Amino acid sequence: MTPIHKPSIAVYKFSSCDGCQLSILNLEDDLLELTNLIEIAFFLEARRRVLPGPYDIGLVEGSVTTEEEIEKIKEIRHDCKFLIALGTCATAGGVQALRNFGDVETFTQNVYAHPEFIQTLPTSSSISDHVHIDAELWGCPVDKFQVVGMITAVLQNRSPNLPDYSVCLECKRHGNICTMVTNGSACLGPITRAGCGAICPSMNRGCYGCFGPLPNAEIEAFIPHLRASERYPGEGVNLLRTISGNAPEFIEAAELLMRAEDD
Amino acid sequence: MVNTIEVASLARVEGEGGLYISYKDGKPNEIKVNIYEPPRFFEAFLEGRYLQDVPDITARICGICPVAYQMSAVRALEKSLALEMTAQTRLLRNLLYCGEWIESHVLHIYMLQGPDLTGHESAISLAEVAPERVTTALQMKKIGNQILKVIGGRSVHPVNACVGGWYRWPEVEKLEDLVPDLNWGLEQAIETVRWAATLPYPELEVDYEYVALHHPDEYAVLEGNILSSRIGMITEQDFESHYLERHVEHSNALHSYTEENQPYLVGPLARYNLNFEQLGDTAKHVAADAGVEPPLHNPYKGLIARAVETVEAFDRAIRLIKTYQPAEPSTLPIEMRAGEGVAATEAPRGLLYHRYRINEFGFVENARIVPPTAQNLARMEADLWQLAPLVYELPQEEATLTCEHLLRAYDPCISCATHFLTLTIDKT
Repeated sequence: MTPIHKPSIAVYKFSSCDGCQLSILNLEDDLLELTNLIEIAFFLEARRRVLPGPYDIGLVEGSVTTEEEIEKIKEIRHDCKFLIALGTCATAGGVQALRNFGDVETFTQNVYAHPEFIQTLPTSSSISDHVHIDAELWGCPVDKFQVVGMITAVLQNRSPNLPDYSVCLECKRHGNICTMVTNGSACLGPITRAGCGAICPSMNRGCYGCFGPLPNAEIEAFIPHLRASERYPGEGVNLLRTISGNAPEFIEAAELLMRAEDD
Repeated sequence: MVNTIEVASLARVEGEGGLYISYKDGKPNEIKVNIYEPPRFFEAFLEGRYLQDVPDITARICGICPVAYQMSAVRALEKSLALEMTAQTRLLRNLLYCGEWIESHVLHIYMLQGPDLTGHESAISLAEVAPERVTTALQMKKIGNQILKVIGGRSVHPVNACVGGWYRWPEVEKLEDLVPDLNWGLEQAIETVRWAATLPYPELEVDYEYVALHHPDEYAVLEGNILSSRIGMITEQDFESHYLERHVEHSNALHSYTEENQPYLVGPLARYNLNFEQLGDTAKHVAADAGVEPPLHNPYKGLIARAVETVEAFDRAIRLIKTYQPAEPSTLPIEMRAGEGVAATEAPRGLLYHRYRINEFGFVENARIVPPTAQNLARMEADLWQLAPLVYELPQEEATLTCEHLLRAYDPCISCATHFLTLTIDKT
C-alpha cells in the first residue's frame, strides 16, 4: 500500500568531502526500501530532480566556511521542519576547522597565486553555530545505520537510540586488549563517543576522536594519561586536533595539555 | 536554438560546481566550468604534522576515493624515507584499491552517469522501471565496500593504512570469505560491459593527450612510471616539470596544463587507451567480445572504460586474495631521516600526485597534492568548446542535458579539486 503522504527529505552539502552523503548511498541493502518510505525531494549528489520545499527532514553535511554558506543555512533552516547536522564537519567544523588554529590569510597566500579570487571565512564552524538544529549525528563519516535509525526515530516521533558511552565500551565488547595500557599508544577512546565500532583500537592503534567528544567526559583526569603516552611532545594535541579539534571539549583538552607541557 | 546554457548546480557529481555557456552570432562566446565548492586548505594543515597523521588527514579530501589519498601519501612518504614496501603490503594495497575502484566505478556507472544514458533523472527513478538492475548495482558496490571494510575497518575513511604498511594484517579467512561474492560480482561486471556497449552515447571525438600511470606487468594502479600519449614515458619525479597548475578567477580549483599550455586528460579513458595491453585476460576478452577495445576517444565512453576496469578490479581482487599470506610484521621499522618523496597512484578518477618534504624527526615541512579532477578541469572546458557548436540547434533542455552529461561523464570529484594547492605562481 502506498502511503498517502510520504514524508520528504532534503540532503544538503556544505564544506565537506561528501563522505557522509556517500554513507547514505552506501545503504546498499536499504536504499530502495527507504525511497519507498520517504520522498527524496532534494539530494543533488543522487538525483537531478528537485521538488520544492518545505521539507519534513533536512540532513546537512559539511561545515560553514563562507559568507554564502551562512546565508544558505538560514534558508535551509526555514525550509526544513526537522534539521539534522550530519557528521563531524556539521557538528564541529570537521578537519577543515584546523584552519581555526592557524592564520587563514597565510594559508590563502600560501596556496593561491591570486588570493583576491578566494572568499573564505577565517574559521570553519558547525551548523549549530549559525542556526538551531533539532538533532545531530557525529562521525567522520557518520555510521550509515545511525542515519537510518535517526530518520526512523524522527518519523516515529521518538528519540533515536544513540550510544551515550565512550569508545572504550565498544572496545571491551570486541574483546580488544587496551592499546593505551599495553602498547602505550596515545588513544582518545576514553573521551570519545562510541559509534564507530572501536575500529582504530581494533587495528592496534589509538582512536583519533572522529566521533567527537563524549558528553561529560572526564577530560581533566584523562590529560595526564594522554601526555604520558605521547611518542613525541605535542602528539596529544595533534591527536585532539585531527577531525574533531574544534569541538569545545577537545579545544579545552588541547589547551589543558599545552599548559601541562609548558609547566 | 539556444542563447545561453546555464546549470547553477550540477547534479549527480561529487561536490559543488556549475557550468555556463553563452553564444554570440551562433558561436560559443564564453564557457566556464564554475567550481564554487569552498577551499579547505589541506596542504597548509599538513605542514608540521607527524608523517603518520598524513594518511588520516588526506583521506578526508574525498569521501569517495579516500584510499587513493592514503595510498599516494604513504607511498610518497615511504620514498622520502627510502623505504621499500614488502610484497604482502604491495598485494594488500592493490586489493584495498580494487575495493575503492569497484565502489566508485559502480556508483558512477549506474547512479551518476548511467541515468543520462537511459533517460532517467536518477537511479531512484531507474529503479522504478528496472529494479533488478539497480539492486544488482547496489550489491556490486557493496562488495567493493566489503573489501574496504575487512582491510580498513570501514568503507569511507578506512583506518588501517600507515607509512610502512599496516597497523594490523586483516585475517586471511575474512578475505577468503569474500571470494564467492567477488565471483558473483565479476559475472555482473562482465554483464555491465555488455550493457554499457549498447548504450546511446552522444557523438563527440576528441584529440586528447592521455596521461596515466604505467606499469609493464600490470594495469597500473599503485605504482609505475607516468605515460603520456604526447611525450611518452617520464618518471613520477619529473611530473611537475611537465604538468603545471594555474589559478583562474571563476574557479576555487587550480587548472592544470602541460608545459606547452595545453589541457590533458587523466582517468579511465586515459588508462584504457594507454594500458589496455596490461589488463588481465578476463577484462581483455570481455572488451573484445563486446567490441569496445581501444581506441576510444569519446569522453562519454569513459563509462565503458570504467566498466572494463570494474571487471579488472573484481578479477584482480580474486587473484590477490589467493596469494595473501602475511608472515612478516605488518609494518616496516622506520629510520627517520630528512627527505623528499613523490608518488602518483591511479584514483578512480585518474592520476593523483603527492609530494612531501619531511624533516629528520618525521614532520612534514611541505606538502603538495595534485588531484585528478583539478587536472581535468581545463580539459572539461576545452571539450565544452568543441561540444557547444554541436548543441546550438538543439532544444534548450536537450542542449543543457548534453553539456551536463559531458561533465558528469568525467565523474568530477569537486571536493578533491578544491582542497587546494601550493607554490605555483601565475604571473600573467
